[in-house]
Amino acid sequence: MLNFVVRRLLGMLPVLLAVSLLTFLIASLLPGDLALVILGDQATPENVAALRRDMGLDQPLWWRYLSWLGHVVQGDLGRSFRTGQTVLQAVAERIPVSLQLMLMAEFIGLLIGVPVAIACAARAGGAFDRFMTGSAFAMLSMPSFLTAILLIYLFAVELRWLPATGYVPFTEAPLANLRFFVLPALTLALAEWPGIMRVLRSDMIATLQEDYIALAKAKGLKPSRILFVHALKPSSLTLVTVTGINIGRLLGGTLIVESVFALPGIGRLLVGAIYTRDLVILQGVVLLVACGFVIVNFIVDMLYAVLDPRIRHGHA
Amino acid sequence: MSAPLLTIEDVAVELPTPRGNLRAVDHVDLSLEAGRTLGIVGESGCGKTMLSRAVLQLLPKKAKLTGRVMFDGQDLVRLEPESLRRLRGRDLAVVFQDPMTSLNPVLTIGTQLMETIQEHLELDAPAAKARSIELLAAVGIPAPEQRLAQYPHQCSGGMRQRIAIAIALSCEPKLLIADEPTTALDVTIQAQILDLLAREQRRRHMAMIIITHDLGVVAGRADEVAVMYAGRVVERAPTQALFKRMHMPYTEALLAAIPKLETAPHTPLPAISGRPPDPTRPLKGCSFAPRCNYATGRCHEAKPVLTSAEMPGHLYACFHPIRMTEGIEA
Repeated sequence: MLNFVVRRLLGMLPVLLAVSLLTFLIASLLPGDLALVILGDQATPENVAALRRDMGLDQPLWWRYLSWLGHVVQGDLGRSFRTGQTVLQAVAERIPVSLQLMLMAEFIGLLIGVPVAIACAARAGGAFDRFMTGSAFAMLSMPSFLTAILLIYLFAVELRWLPATGYVPFTEAPLANLRFFVLPALTLALAEWPGIMRVLRSDMIATLQEDYIALAKAKGLKPSRILFVHALKPSSLTLVTVTGINIGRLLGGTLIVESVFALPGIGRLLVGAIYTRDLVILQGVVLLVACGFVIVNFIVDMLYAVLDPRIRHGHA
Repeated sequence: MSAPLLTIEDVAVELPTPRGNLRAVDHVDLSLEAGRTLGIVGESGCGKTMLSRAVLQLLPKKAKLTGRVMFDGQDLVRLEPESLRRLRGRDLAVVFQDPMTSLNPVLTIGTQLMETIQEHLELDAPAAKARSIELLAAVGIPAPEQRLAQYPHQCSGGMRQRIAIAIALSCEPKLLIADEPTTALDVTIQAQILDLLAREQRRRHMAMIIITHDLGVVAGRADEVAVMYAGRVVERAPTQALFKRMHMPYTEALLAAIPKLETAPHTPLPAISGRPPDPTRPLKGCSFAPRCNYATGRCHEAKPVLTSAEMPGHLYACFHPIRMTEGIEA
């Protein structure tokens, strides 16, 4: 097991290196001179040249990458030239919002998706299965800005149960905080559950054909035990993968949902950085989000080993 | 004599396929008394596995089953799911063909043994564990206590089949159905597993159905043998009687297809030529007629029914039964 963990950890290194190179190149190869952006239209060529020298922009690309990477490794991701905030500060300020949104959305998504998938697989081809598979398909093709607006209309405008937009930190007003998060999390969850449901349903249906399920029936086990103990665990590998990808994606913030519900998350930070051409923030945030993705995938790999002893013992 | 433990009465199984209904089991009657062994023999696709699944009520959802399966005074076909569940694993147990796929890969051997015991017998966890260790030891697993914490992939195929047998035996069933229990195993392991099944059967006085394609497997181990072909029982007799004097040309052909020690090397085996009939297109006459050396016009026109031979309990379905005078070594 330890061997397995170390192997997976070492495997992450080249991925992280590639990610850093890509984020650096994207930011550096964007058209437009950073020094010119900072100094504005009135800058004299001398000033621009001086700033380029100060920022190291006159150095060759590979040198700039290496020196940036050197700083990154030491935890220095740079500083916004507009707000003066470091990348880490900016991210630390926004990450609780995106993290909470992600957790709540994923929780609601799994809460809907998993039971529906099990119920559908238990009676595959039945009326409930066909209805839910159809609904999932409909939900999947619904863009999140539309879901968001419909939910706001229903719960905030018509029923007046929940606030439409806004944010307070959890530490200040927990209940109000949760109320602010319900609609955005629900918007995301409504887009998440169809995927969760579809992969788990099809894996469950395949598992229920297995010999060991026939044996479990022949052993006279209760149907609930067959579904939840014998079938769910071996069917959940793809589910874990999908959930991991969802979490990674939501970690990076959700541009549309954060914008519609006015939540100050990573998504809004990124949009802001793009609008103001704040390349340092953009590059740093993209790198951090990518790292988060890699870490989530590592956790997914570990979960595989927890779920399937054959992976744990290096048999598969 | 008391009523048989298991009576299969006019059981037929039909499976819908895109090419029409497939008659997997074609009106079979069989019975088995407590403590006795019945061998069901036939080649792949003859319906022997479907018949066993019909007894266990584990047929595919779309399969249509008619007839009655009386087990211990109850008709399994019409039993409530909950009563059936209480019966399965407790009085009615099964060992499947492939131990590589019949054990759940993500649950420990201990869990898979103990869940059956705790489902049917009123035992607490320590008692169920003690019983599991006993069972593993009984089926010849060394260091049974350590095995409980292991997963199936950590055991060899023969070991897994022993574990599957331990699970089947765990609640002292009245009937054990062994569906080709040795087909997926190494030759050296096969005899061990069959001997284990025979020993435990005698010890526990349970009835057993051994399903196999190998007449050699049932020769010394079954009290009675039923030979199946194309979904029907074509010959049925006490084992001794069958091997002494078989009447059905198909049984003879099956026996001839087993390699013998005394034949010279490189002698081709007298394999049965042709293939079984398409089960979605039933024949008018005897289903074996197209492949039979003895077939005449009558065999293609009418279906022979199971009739009694001169020996009691010996039934066969053939218009031109073989009259063998000398017996074949069983």
